[in-house]
Amino acid sequence: MTTETIPSKVAPAVGRGNRKQARRNTLIGWTFILPNFLGFLAFTLIPVLAAFALSFMEWTSFTAPKWVGLANFQRMIASDSFWVALRNTVVYAIGHVPLTMALALLLAMLLNRKLKGIGFFRVAIFFPYITSLVAVAVVWNMLFSPDNGPINQFLHTIGIANAPGWTSSSDWALPAVIITSVWRDMGYYMVLYLAGLQAIPTELYEAAEVDGASAWQRFWNVTIPSLRPTTFFVVVMLTVSSFKVFDLIVVMTNGGPGRSTTVLSQLIYQEGIGEGKFGYSSAISLVLFLIVLTVTVLQFKIQQRRER
Amino acid sequence: MTNMAEDLKAEAPLAGAVLAPATEDRRRTDRRRSTRERKKRASDLVIYSMLAVLVVALMVPFIWMVSSSLKENNQVLTVPIQWIPSEFVWSNYTDIWTRIPMMGYLQNSLYLAVIITCLQVLTGSLAAYGFSKVRFPGRDVLFLAYIGTIAVPWQAYMVPQYIMMQNLGLTNSFNALILLQAFGAFGVFLMRQYYMTIPDELCEAARIDGLSEYGIWARVILPLSKPALASLALLTFVNTWNDYMGPFIYLTSNRLWTVQLGLRSFVGQFDAEYAMIMTGSVISVIPILAIFLVGQRYFIQGIATSGMKG
Repeated sequence: MTTETIPSKVAPAVGRGNRKQARRNTLIGWTFILPNFLGFLAFTLIPVLAAFALSFMEWTSFTAPKWVGLANFQRMIASDSFWVALRNTVVYAIGHVPLTMALALLLAMLLNRKLKGIGFFRVAIFFPYITSLVAVAVVWNMLFSPDNGPINQFLHTIGIANAPGWTSSSDWALPAVIITSVWRDMGYYMVLYLAGLQAIPTELYEAAEVDGASAWQRFWNVTIPSLRPTTFFVVVMLTVSSFKVFDLIVVMTNGGPGRSTTVLSQLIYQEGIGEGKFGYSSAISLVLFLIVLTVTVLQFKIQQRRER
Repeated sequence: MTNMAEDLKAEAPLAGAVLAPATEDRRRTDRRRSTRERKKRASDLVIYSMLAVLVVALMVPFIWMVSSSLKENNQVLTVPIQWIPSEFVWSNYTDIWTRIPMMGYLQNSLYLAVIITCLQVLTGSLAAYGFSKVRFPGRDVLFLAYIGTIAVPWQAYMVPQYIMMQNLGLTNSFNALILLQAFGAFGVFLMRQYYMTIPDELCEAARIDGLSEYGIWARVILPLSKPALASLALLTFVNTWNDYMGPFIYLTSNRLWTVQLGLRSFVGQFDAEYAMIMTGSVISVIPILAIFLVGQRYFIQGIATSGMKG
């Protein structure tokens, strides 16, 4: 430890001393950041920027990179598999976002009580979220087994004669994936909602009760408006994660049967890493990024307008 | 982006209270208490049983997984469902080690998870100190670049990453995964969020006492940020352990496979060995369960601080 570490903020130096201090601070700051920054620069920042550039290039494992402007995008728009993947991704999001949100809120309201041992229930419901995805996919695949799977057995007992074929049917595979992901994710969003619920002042409910508001009215006029910031955050996170869905699909259905569950991320993987079409796959990446960005910006704008 | 970060910071202090039941409201008068309490106890019982049914229903996949892992293959998908195996086949848990190289898979997963977690926590907390406690020109622009990449879906740049690794000759090696995952922006973000809540005056005082910046980081900030370090370490460990896509893209030879890859490939090869598949699933989840039970409050805190998992 040197003796010259007298801070400039306490005894503000003037002129040259100040500049020297600034240079020293820059040096110190960078030594802290550098170990992480080198890795971040090489393996995140540069690939991100490269992805943008690549989407305007023709580059495969066999050819040298060549600037082709919008050719990749033209090819993408003309490609059937792109539209199938986009459609599947959107359908997944439309199923996944509202269902997860509603169930997470419901669970949070049920579990937002002062009861002994309530922590156990909360932890149990949260646990699926950190369970390995492969185990989750494997178990649900068996639960969804069309012949004697527990889910179809249950559907039989409640009187549904021709239960769906789930992951072996091209109509029901996507709903099966959605159900699995809702089950897995709702505990996480429940935690966010619990935090939101606990921030609502009890006085609001007491006042509503004095005014003679029913439980339903209290829910609509106190709970829902007070939770708006949480809901906003939950919707953004859920939508973004829906558009990024990848590993669950790969493990559960691998895009099948046929192309019925192929999603954008998977298409990027197949085209880029599977077939070595680096430029073309990056064009799809750019679309994925733009969708995610648009959703986020849009929701921020809506939130801002509401707050005004 | 900054807006989101602010929101989260505001949420962070609540995180601790989320899972722990709040203490009882003491404002009620004693008079009203006795009748209320009796009513409350009755309704508590109803609520408890409702919650118990709900949690059991939501835990059915786990119950089914454990129960199937103790059966013969032909007893897994029976009509009607056997929730408790008629005969406990414990041998599944001894046979699996010879059926597939499970021990090797576990070791690979552990190796990756430990190295990546250590590097992420170390470099993340160092960088977070630079971003929160040292002032220098260009700092905030740089941090914005970090935040910006968090918003970009990982899938969008996995192809350039792959090309890079291919050119470095690192595909089919652990090094590729370590390099890709150990320097994530997420760790820096999470640690910085926490460091911002530590008052600068503490650092000033340490500076006056003659500590260097590195000394302040090691002796003042690190001890104070144990909860955040624990959150980051646990989240990183669990993410790495559970990661499927990374190993799937980069690890091709069987001897390098992680538990997740090994399990998936086992399912692909022997899709009728239902019981053994479930045994493998249980074994892959047990380490996560153990870690979660020990550190659950850090998970919740980490999630509420950062608002994301990785």
